[in-house]
Amino acid sequence: MTQQHTYDVVIVGAGGAGLRAALESSRRARTAVVSKLYPTRSHTGAAQGGMCAALANVEEDNWEWHTFDTVKGGDYLVDQDAAEVMCREAIEAVYDLEHMGMPFNRTPEGLIDQRRFGGHTHHHGKGAVRRSCFAADRTGHMILQTLYQQNVKNGTTFFDEFYVLDLLLSEGRAAGVVAYELATGELHVFRAKSVVFATGGYGKMFRVTSNAHALTGDGPAVCYRRGVPMEDMEFFQFHPTGLYGLGVLLSEAARGEGGILRNSDGEAFMARYAPTIKDLAPRDMVSRAIYTEIREGRGAGPRHDYVYLDVSHLDPAVIDAKLPDITDFARTYLGVEPKHEGVPIQPTAHYAMGGIPTNVSAEVVADTANTILPGLYAAGECACVSVHGANRLGTNSLLDIVVFGKRAGINAGEHANRVRHAELPADPADDVRRMLEDLSGHPEGERAAAIRAELQVNMDDKASVFRGETLLKEMETELASLRERYRRAWVQDTSRRYNTDLLETVELGFLLDLAETLVVSARAREESRGGHFREDFPARDDKKWLKHTLARKTGDGVKLDYKPVVMTRYEPMERKY
Amino acid sequence: MDVTLKVRRFNPETDQAPHFETYQVPANPMDRVLDLLHYVKWNIDGSLTFRRSCAHGICGSDAMLINGANHLACKVLVRELGDQITVEALRGLPLVKDLLVDMEPFFRSYRSVLPYLINDEPEPDTERRQSPAERERFDDTTKCILCAACTTSCPVFWTDKEYFGPAAIVNAHRFIFDSRDRGAGERLEVLNDKEGVWRCRTTFNCTDACPRGIKVTQSIQEVKRALLFRKV
Repeated sequence: MTQQHTYDVVIVGAGGAGLRAALESSRRARTAVVSKLYPTRSHTGAAQGGMCAALANVEEDNWEWHTFDTVKGGDYLVDQDAAEVMCREAIEAVYDLEHMGMPFNRTPEGLIDQRRFGGHTHHHGKGAVRRSCFAADRTGHMILQTLYQQNVKNGTTFFDEFYVLDLLLSEGRAAGVVAYELATGELHVFRAKSVVFATGGYGKMFRVTSNAHALTGDGPAVCYRRGVPMEDMEFFQFHPTGLYGLGVLLSEAARGEGGILRNSDGEAFMARYAPTIKDLAPRDMVSRAIYTEIREGRGAGPRHDYVYLDVSHLDPAVIDAKLPDITDFARTYLGVEPKHEGVPIQPTAHYAMGGIPTNVSAEVVADTANTILPGLYAAGECACVSVHGANRLGTNSLLDIVVFGKRAGINAGEHANRVRHAELPADPADDVRRMLEDLSGHPEGERAAAIRAELQVNMDDKASVFRGETLLKEMETELASLRERYRRAWVQDTSRRYNTDLLETVELGFLLDLAETLVVSARAREESRGGHFREDFPARDDKKWLKHTLARKTGDGVKLDYKPVVMTRYEPMERKY
Repeated sequence: MDVTLKVRRFNPETDQAPHFETYQVPANPMDRVLDLLHYVKWNIDGSLTFRRSCAHGICGSDAMLINGANHLACKVLVRELGDQITVEALRGLPLVKDLLVDMEPFFRSYRSVLPYLINDEPEPDTERRQSPAERERFDDTTKCILCAACTTSCPVFWTDKEYFGPAAIVNAHRFIFDSRDRGAGERLEVLNDKEGVWRCRTTFNCTDACPRGIKVTQSIQEVKRALLFRKV
């Protein structure tokens, strides 16, 4: 049986962006939050280092410098109007959180304390600036908890462990979503005037990743299958300091507090790559520097395939007070004591700069002319505003979710109050039912886990930090074969209640779709910019490529289009640090 | 090495009662118990059911009873447990399927202690001031990830399902001792209930179980003291 629900606004996902949106939307319109996880399990909780805002609590700063850093950090692919909005509203966003009870670390005067972070500078690159507002090294956890607490206070309606599998469009606008209830296996149709996607990233297409198992790009993939193009998918961030072998994130805050990267010779090698800000260079540059060290034979360990993050020279009290979680990860998972020795690290797939294209109002814009798809909104990592361009600066993701989550909630709520519900087709859940039926059976086929493992290993090898035509072409072929195998994947669990085997199989389908958009977009972009580095085209090419990619699903594969970058006051210049 | 992994299985659609199944799992000492469960799910039996997400001890999804004690499956390694590992669902919450329990009673208790900042004074234009010492006062209890490892290790909770349990009290503590909060009176009234803090018998199971190292029993004692002296 399919159950029907009618709301004004449905928010899909209950991480930072979804919860922030819910607070605004539910004040304006009848709102439901639908999430495949319990809200507090969302991956916002894993963010560590902080949230930048030019409060100038500890030294001179202003939001225009923050905007410049964001644009330059994004290698000029950032839409500058959006970056201005984000960096200007950052200040109010931090105070909002503080008023909600967010336990920021404090200065002796009782103000919100701030620390340095990669790529954040004063006077347009003159030196590192203390801009990141933080709560030890669990800032994301605190933001997620604070926003959830406020939603409890607010009496927000949640549908926890409901997995959204389809977007309903009708009359040229959003009409609702279809969700699968994990506890029962039943389908639910949520009719709505506004739909907000806030489902996070899709790092699980890579093997070594900081991302949670749940991060499979559900929201973007659902939109993509309904004809919404995916923007700038080739830009994926590899965070320099993932715990060796596991990919668990060790925050840039470690370097913000004075931590240093060292190669097997003990050399602080970043001084050779970014003489001014060294270890606090943007993530794309640091990740390439690490792999260059490894390729040139200066990697550490028996296989010479990692470098060290060294915090052993820091005051142990600072480590305990400001970096307790990440030092605990090193102890727990590698048996290494960071107070005495370097922590083995390697770059880890971390953040999708690309995603569902939106404007600064969080409205989804579905073509090269930025035509609004009425009633559809996206915010957070699943969206591409684009405030991160070709490479996101550290802390700007937590900022993004609260600034654009808030905008999405306000605009979705106000839109819902202006329009009536769109008519739904006779059986809105039909497509989802068929998809689930197609996935079941096939006991002769392979398990989704085996196919997923091959996807991940191949993406690491062929489409990560260093890319080139030959490997990307191989990856395209590989994806075609993986998709073929996926059609016959075997869902071994046949029960209806909490069928997480079926869930994982659906998730893999989403990952395969998005991996294809990433690879096709990356192969077409014959230049290097931010997180997208082509060994066969190592330079940035503004003449040809200062534009956003739009990847659209068609009957015969992915079709690419391009749209201009919004420029306001910053002319592209060489990116040196 | 090979680990003998015993898992207490229950499929509500086919089983009358839970039963144990045993799997031989190739492992190395640095593997997480979660890795072993994934090995079974991905290679042997896809119907094995459990929650997990972040896999590094932050999201709170995968608290389970492992060799008789509550742990996060992603935060306890084979080297700490040896080659005989038994995994069961958390005790005290309704069993749904295999290692997955109904979390709703747990979240209901959490919601009942008003787990949010209460302060109706006009908001300043910038931040409310708070000294580092005031901030430090409730630091420990801000670490809670709502995994339920503490509550479901509490013998009082096992026998009295109405007891709020340690996690709810920890989350009340987080606000009672926040200098910016004005709701301590209201919250203490809730906790003064017969199912509130006074049911705690200071067994310290909760403190031992907490994967975040929160001094849970101490925080409960501090709330009791606040109730006795009505002073925070």
